Amino acid sequence: MTWRTAKIVGLRDETATARTLTLAIDDWPGHVAGQHVDVRLTAADGYSAVRSYSIASAPSSDGRIELTVERLPNGEVSPYLTQQIMVGDQLEVRGPIGRWFVWDPERAGPIQLVAGGSGIVPLMAMIRWRASASSTASLRLLYSVREPSAIFYHEELRALSSRGNSVDVTYAYTRVAPRDWPRPAGRIDAELISRATWPADLRSSVYVCGPTSFVEHTTELLIAAGQDRQKIKTERFGATGERK
Amino acid sequence: MVIISRGFAGRRSGAETKLPPGQYLATDFPVLSAGPTPHIDLDRWEFTIDDGRNILKRWDWKAFRELPTENIVADLHCVTRWSKLGTSWEGVSLDVLLANVKTDLPYAMFRSHGDYMTNLPLKDVMNNQAWIAFKYDGGDLAPEHGGPARLLVPHLYLWKSAKWVRALRLMSEDRPGFWESLGYHIYGDPWKEQRYSEE
Repeated sequence: MTWRTAKIVGLRDETATARTLTLAIDDWPGHVAGQHVDVRLTAADGYSAVRSYSIASAPSSDGRIELTVERLPNGEVSPYLTQQIMVGDQLEVRGPIGRWFVWDPERAGPIQLVAGGSGIVPLMAMIRWRASASSTASLRLLYSVREPSAIFYHEELRALSSRGNSVDVTYAYTRVAPRDWPRPAGRIDAELISRATWPADLRSSVYVCGPTSFVEHTTELLIAAGQDRQKIKTERFGATGERK
Repeated sequence: MVIISRGFAGRRSGAETKLPPGQYLATDFPVLSAGPTPHIDLDRWEFTIDDGRNILKRWDWKAFRELPTENIVADLHCVTRWSKLGTSWEGVSLDVLLANVKTDLPYAMFRSHGDYMTNLPLKDVMNNQAWIAFKYDGGDLAPEHGGPARLLVPHLYLWKSAKWVRALRLMSEDRPGFWESLGYHIYGDPWKEQRYSEE
């Protein structure tokens, strides 16, 4: 798998700590939703650092991908990508990587997505691909965030959930809920799982992505609610978090 | 041509000199699994060795825990690029488990609860290189880290150290396991950076 030169052609803040980078990549072979790339940064003296980031964008033929990077307080790479990098700068990319935690529109049947924090990123690629491919697969997203200002892609999700053949989005707030929100702030629980996810007898494909403790907790609840563990795919990241 | 990322300085710590190429030091213990964590009742736990036709060895938890154990200090290298140095484990050496197994089959497929499997040359799990570990850092191995017992093969990328391990099947030829069928390297030596099947 070869390293390819990528140029930053767009930057967009998602939250106070997360930023979407649009990369134009030489000879990009294309990807499917859920995959990630390795990103290599090289300093002037030749020192380099590599991290993996999930692709947020749907596949397209224009040689571009989008990555959304969450800044980690003591990160080596994420502060550079979220604060320093500018349009026109170059880095290197290798990929796409991963053939397990993936979805494509050929796959029939309902989809259940469960995201914790920046775990939304690979799931957003699925949501976007479903929309751009005009897939009619029923899709529900349960998206857990600390507080309203931590939501990625908020406007886009709002737009997608208000049109025909829509995406059904339920937010869960762990620390601060919006005023008038029907459910107090707190972790996802069995009641929310039963209300906001597909019934088990639909045998939906389930994708869960987020921090390890979030994935452990929510997959336990999904299995307790009757979901088939064979239909649940997970992607976890630890406190170092730089996989995503 | 080297592509320089303008203004990127990076962070060089002395520890990096002990790391395989492309790895960085983690201080926590991240988890990578393809699906839900199974919870395995010790009353139903077993570990078997077979040759594809016959079960050659079988241990239940009680018999397994009566085998001699070793304390292991190992550096872990995950293909997702984190490394953790000097981790301490307790487990039963594969040398003990394979002691009375007469075979000329050169490959092994380790199988786990939850249908995970990973392949290894048999010589890579012999001669003090691999263990079935059941304690981490002095305590029982947590389910999300592979408890009650997992394979530990620290000289290869950590996906080879199958969590929730339940069986070793001897094979005449090498066959890909789970991640090895999904684009990851058939062998996985971190010092040669054998991450993906294309390299």
